[in-house]
Formats: sequence, structure tokens, C-alpha cells
Amino acid sequence: MRRYEAVVIGASAGGLDALKALFTGLPDDFPLPIAAVLHLHRNTKDELITLMQRDIRLTVKYAQDKEKIKKGVLYIAPPDYHLLVEDDKTFSLSVDEHVNYSRPSIDVLFESAADAFRGHIIGIILTGANKDGSMGLKRIKARGGTAIVENPRSAQFPDMPLAAISETEVDYILDVNEITCKIDELVGAL
Amino acid sequence: MDYYDSEDNENLEIELLLEAINAKYGYDFKSYARASIKRRIRHRMSIAGIKKITEIIERVIYDRAFFIELLGDFSISTTEMFRDPDFFQAMRKDVFPALQCLPFIKVWVAGCSTGEEVYSIGIMLKEENLYDKAMIYATDYSDKSLSAAKEGVFSIKSVKKYAANYTDAGGIQSFSNYFTAKADSAVIDPSLRQNMVFSIHNLASDGVFGEMNIILCRNVLIYFNRGLQNKVFGLFTESLEDGGYLCLGSKETIRLSNFSDNYDEVLKDEKIYRRNIRPVSYSQKINGNTAVTPEFVTKGGELIRDMKSKIDELDCLIRGESGKDSV
Repeated sequence: MRRYEAVVIGASAGGLDALKALFTGLPDDFPLPIAAVLHLHRNTKDELITLMQRDIRLTVKYAQDKEKIKKGVLYIAPPDYHLLVEDDKTFSLSVDEHVNYSRPSIDVLFESAADAFRGHIIGIILTGANKDGSMGLKRIKARGGTAIVENPRSAQFPDMPLAAISETEVDYILDVNEITCKIDELVGAL
Repeated sequence: MDYYDSEDNENLEIELLLEAINAKYGYDFKSYARASIKRRIRHRMSIAGIKKITEIIERVIYDRAFFIELLGDFSISTTEMFRDPDFFQAMRKDVFPALQCLPFIKVWVAGCSTGEEVYSIGIMLKEENLYDKAMIYATDYSDKSLSAAKEGVFSIKSVKKYAANYTDAGGIQSFSNYFTAKADSAVIDPSLRQNMVFSIHNLASDGVFGEMNIILCRNVLIYFNRGLQNKVFGLFTESLEDGGYLCLGSKETIRLSNFSDNYDEVLKDEKIYRRNIRPVSYSQKINGNTAVTPEFVTKGGELIRDMKSKIDELDCLIRGESGKDSV
């Protein structure tokens, strides 16, 4: 079995730029699925995806309920829904109450993904001005996955990376462009 | 802590817990999307200081009060009045005009939770002068949610939020007219409840709820697995009148189910579907006659549809409402 089966990413304030920076360097035949929670305003329109797609070579789309997770796709949690991964590697959406004042919440995605992929997963926390994601990253780590956090010094908003670092013994603390290289190295994409 | 080794055990324990709940209390959560259920079970465990799901099984079997709490956890989902204002605007503009000529309108709000959508649709029917000939059936499996729905009491804070939704949805009144203040709550205008029936119904296990013109079931099906989603779509398809409307949540679709062919799209983005005319499969079933070609059947369906709309038109003319509707 391969070491990694998926990558999950959490980003809040400043996250769109960070995501673009991270993915510009990733090839369109990236061998794993990637799921990301961005704290988007609930009225964010679908044009966001078109906009992101301009800078990202991987296919970008909102994750759909019950959709089978495929490699080489960057799935974004739709605004105002939590995104969860089921054991059969499909997505579920929920309108459960907000977690860390957020829906979608990074913790919800990370915790369910850590379980579904049984730790064969890389979790990445990027810039943000809250604490969402720290518990989820902890679970990924506890299940034997790899935890990467954006360097709080270079992150646009350091709070979320700092919260993640204080909650968990993370594997790597890196600038965004270094994270891209690290993913390549871990996954062996290039 | 070694989560990895315990994973299979945890899944097994969840399976057993859901089995126990079904056997003991008759609530079937086995076909619910598992990841959410797992979150809720863990939530209850951390509140109750329980370490293993096996312990929950024991509590559930011997402690009814504890089970009621867990059931409460399972049924929590958040809802708002006029959530997705664009959807409600579309209902007003694209669906309600087609209902003007019906003698009677039956609406089923399936999985109505604490009633926010029930009152939203009630308010709109009232504003479009359709309420008096409407009957709204609001159902949920949860006793607790249903009682809350019946009471129609909301916090002032949430009503403020709903007011913004209502305006965005094309509301034509002052939203506060629908409430009276009581302490720090807002109580819904009881006259809205006149044509509403609240009753227990479990989509996972109960049957058809007949002859509806509109079924509203938004953000309920995302909690089900594919198999149960399919079953419920079957239930809705049986429960809808020909030409009846099925309204789903903005991230839900009938297109991935076995019943996709039974529906036309009214508005794709708003997830409003229309049940198409039925004689097709019926005549096939009745005759079992392979000589009835699909073309014949399609043509027949078209003819009947035409005829039906002509009759509706005539009906309108007779009532002197011509020109108002182009049904």
C-alpha cells in the first residue's frame, strides 16, 4: 500500500492566495486527490472555481455530495456546508452547526479524512486568523499521517498556523513554496 | 494512543450501536452517511465522559433518557427561514403561478426539523393568495423537533437574520408582521398554522405520503447514504401528483438516482424538479405488452400533457382568470 492516499488542506483569511501559490507548482497529473476547506462567505458564487482554475493546473471543483473521490482533482468544500469523507472514499456534505464558528470547518474535514484514509494522509494548515483545523491536524498526526503547517512568520495571518503548532507536534513548518516541494518529495509526484 | 488498530473496532461498534437502536427503539440510522453519525456519537461520548462506543450501547439499551439525548444529537441540523433566498424567489416566480388554477394545493415538507421552512413556504403561499386552498404537511421523525416546529418560537437574533433572507427572497411585507415578541423570543403568527398538519414520519422507514403537489425536502438527503437516498426518491416519486414539484437543497440532485427520468428540470441551480406525466410506465405495466413501442408511449404522454394543459386553460377561462396565467 502506498504511504499516502490523499492530501487535505485548510486555509482561512489569506487562504486563496496561499492556495494559488501552493498549487501553481503542482502538475496536473498529481497522483492523489486533494480536498480543501477555505473559509468562504456563504454567498460565494461558483465563479470562484473558474477564477481558481486560471492559476491551477489540477482540475478544481466544488466537492459534491456522495461524489467518488478521484486523484488529480482539487476539491473545494462548498460554502455553508461541512465536507466529510466517508470510509468508501466518497464525500458527504452536512449542514450541522458551525464548528469553530465555521462552516465548512477544517476540523470536520480533517477528522473524517484521517479516519477514512486511516492515517495515509497529509494534512496542511495554511494562513488564517482563527483556530480551526488544529484538532483535525492532531487527529491526522495521531493516526500516523503527516502534518505540515505554513510558517507563521511568512503566513499572511499567523493565528491558524500557530494554533495548529501549539496543539500538535507537526512534521514540517514551511513557507508556502517550500510546502509545494515537500508535497512533491513526500508523494514522489515529479 | 494508537488510533490505527482501534479503527476497525470502532466501525464495528458503531454498526452494533445502530443495530441496537433500531432493534430496541425502531429508529433506523443504519443507512445514514456514517461520517456525520460518527461525529455525533463522539460528541455525545465527550459530553458524557464515555470512552468506548460499547459503553454507549449499554447505556442506550438500559437508559431511555440517555437514548433520547443521543436521538437529539442525531436529529440536530441547522435550518433557517428562507435559507437560500434565490430558491424561494424562484418558487414565487416560477412555481406558484402554475398553482393558481389548482383547486387545492398539497405541500409536504419532509424532514421539517424545527419548522423554519414550513413557515417560510406558508408565508409565501399567503402572500401569493394561495394559502387558503393549501394544506401543508410537515413531518419529521423527531418528536422533539416536531414539537418545536409546532410551537413556532424563534430567538429574536435568528429572526433578524431571517428578515434579511426574506427580503432577498422577494418578500413583500414587513417581516416582523409575522411575529409577536414574547420576552426575548419571537412567536410566529398562529394564523399561519391554520392549514398546517404536523406529524411524525420517518423517511428511513415509513411509507408514501400521498398526492402531493409540492414536496420540499432540502438538506435532508445529504445525511443519507446512496441507497437510502434512492429509496426516498422512490417514495417522493410515488407521493407526487403528475406535474408536482420536488424541491431539494442546493447541493442535492435527483440526477444520480434511479428516478432521474421521472423528472424534468424547472430550475437547475435552484434544484426544483417537476414530476413528469405517468401513463408511460403504467400502460406498460398493465398490458405487459411489448408491442407498445417507446415512441407510441412518448407520443401518448405528450398528447395527455397537451390535453391537460388545455383543460387547465379552459378552467382558467371559465373562472375569468385568463391572461393572468399562461399555464
